[in-house]
Amino acid sequence: MTNEIGSFAGRLRALTPARVRLDPRGGAAPLSAVLDFQASHARARDAIRQPVDWAAVKAGLGDRPLLELESRAPDRDTYLRRPDLGRRLSPESLARVPQAKPDLAVVIADGLSGFAVAHHAAAMVAALEAALPETDLGPVALVRQGRVAIGDEIAQAMGAPLCLMLIGERPGLSVSDSLGAYLTWAPRIGTPDSARNCVSNIHGKGGLSHRAAAELIAYLAGRAREIGATGVALKDERGQAALPSAE
Amino acid sequence: MPVYSASAGGETYRFGSLARLMAAATPRRSGDELAGIAAASEGERVAARYALADLPLAEFLNEALVPYETDEVTRLILDSHDRRAFAPVAAMTVGDLRDWLLSEAADTAALARLAPGLTPEMAAAVSKLMRNQDLVGVARKIEVVSRFRTTLGLKGRIATRLQPNHPADDLAGIAVAVLDGLLQGTGDAVIGINPASDSIANCTGILEALDRLRQDFAMPMQSCVLTHVTNTIKIIEAGGPVDLPFQSIAGTEAANAGFGVDLAVLAEANDAARSLKRGTVGDNVMYFETGQGAPLSADAHHGVDQQTLEARAYGVARAYDPFLVNTVVGFIGPEYLYDGKQVIRAALEDHFCGKLLGLPMGVDVCYTNHVEADQDDMDTLMTLLAAAGVNFVICVPGADDVMLSYQTLAFEDAAWLRRVFGLRPAPEFEDWLAAMDLGPARQALPDLSGLAGRMGIPA
Repeated sequence: MTNEIGSFAGRLRALTPARVRLDPRGGAAPLSAVLDFQASHARARDAIRQPVDWAAVKAGLGDRPLLELESRAPDRDTYLRRPDLGRRLSPESLARVPQAKPDLAVVIADGLSGFAVAHHAAAMVAALEAALPETDLGPVALVRQGRVAIGDEIAQAMGAPLCLMLIGERPGLSVSDSLGAYLTWAPRIGTPDSARNCVSNIHGKGGLSHRAAAELIAYLAGRAREIGATGVALKDERGQAALPSAE
Repeated sequence: MPVYSASAGGETYRFGSLARLMAAATPRRSGDELAGIAAASEGERVAARYALADLPLAEFLNEALVPYETDEVTRLILDSHDRRAFAPVAAMTVGDLRDWLLSEAADTAALARLAPGLTPEMAAAVSKLMRNQDLVGVARKIEVVSRFRTTLGLKGRIATRLQPNHPADDLAGIAVAVLDGLLQGTGDAVIGINPASDSIANCTGILEALDRLRQDFAMPMQSCVLTHVTNTIKIIEAGGPVDLPFQSIAGTEAANAGFGVDLAVLAEANDAARSLKRGTVGDNVMYFETGQGAPLSADAHHGVDQQTLEARAYGVARAYDPFLVNTVVGFIGPEYLYDGKQVIRAALEDHFCGKLLGLPMGVDVCYTNHVEADQDDMDTLMTLLAAAGVNFVICVPGADDVMLSYQTLAFEDAAWLRRVFGLRPAPEFEDWLAAMDLGPARQALPDLSGLAGRMGIPA
């Protein structure tokens, strides 16, 4: 009887990723559920708090030209309290950004998940190069304590018409290493978020693959050059023209 | 513009405006520091409280913190102020009001009479002079009852929003989470879903599924899909089964514009839902969510501290006599409320101010992973809120919202609060639970497969 209920509850549980318990007896949550929750929370907290293993990221990027930069937020606590400081380069870092004039400035920032950057950033750059063979990506900028908007200042200083920010997304309990990609046309300090396109949920637990994300970014970058804009004016309309008419 | 000043610790501090004084008097929180309006020292903070204690309440009727001419929320607050209800406290200072609220004279009936006489700014001001135990103790005396198909807010009861979110809005997955919640006796405030997709067709499909469930089980409950209020108006116009229109609101006209709403569209939704007459025991229909920091994040804060602006959001809400209001206190992130201490304080302020202004106040006891908080902080907060008589809390399976990626309370937490504090569900829902043999006095364990089968879950 117990097994029958157990297997039936198991089939119900398979219908949702939620932490459903489905125990008709009620009462306190079992210790196994409490510890599993704590393990997931610990992983998310560590993703936020532990610094990116930049040496590994650099190794993954091979012999590509790199640029190591810092925001105005000196440490993690300041970064979390003061998003405005994470959106701007330290003066010393700004002075080191070359006027490389790439077609597309690629910026990697820790954001809220060091795990995301460690697991996915280098592979995303390689996938992007494959998806954009004709595009000059310039030196890859690696930013400590950076927010999305810091890419605007970097790309502006480089003289790039387009910026791609690869950044760690805020971890959830189920996925702690999700990478987000933000594409911005004519990036400059003060660009509103509504003027960006976001490709989110790049991760290996049912998220977007590196290749699929790179192909979408390549498509958006091409359309951005055609219409001279990113953001609300630019939508993913791939394949829609090929759909059969409903009439 | 008047200048306010006070001395503390042998030093005199001056505050160039009422907004500066209010911000400086506020307990420390990261959002006011981010806005550059927080007290520069602990000494200045206490000096501001001395000055605020001596401030006549009537000052708030003469000095608008957000300009009357350019902000419809200010106009709503001042134009709807009830001077007759204000009369008993009209000669008081903010400090006097604090003392009166804590006195026995401020009983449930007196507090109900006073509510329309207080402006949100007055409520915010007095809260800044109150310790956490004061916020709990006064809120506990207030009873705000709202009704639709259940009756919420009665003393001795606590209700729950059952939040069965699913990352892809899968109806079977949603149903499993609903079943999980019903097994633990939750859902009497609302079964409310944050949809992953805001498309009208998707939202209507979820509403229809929840309405079928309600009718199949003759369940006294109300459902809500938390999509933009303009979407809900369209769903109502198309004949969809809307019980409660939802909207996030804030305390300034500009911040509401950032949410894509104004007072007129909220009134339109309220009228449209009431015209359906779907409630059985009452006609409160609106469901509002709020939270400290929203105006600052929309760059629409006018140099006013986030807690005062939050109280002004309650000034917006009460114009519509809503069924549910809750602060989503820990959702906004550490740049507004940094840690468990700040989240707990803000939640008690929000609950107190909402209740004092006459709102049926609930709280989403919650945090995100980048806030310095954990489930122990939530245990502390839910216990304080139960002591404060909160109308409802929000519950999800295992405290983990897999759609919105944040943590709130679990169904077990609501059951714990009811056990430990002797609190009961809403009366209509309590009767239904008993009839379904799901209540505390049940004769047998609930039949999981039978219930799932009746709900049409394919398993």
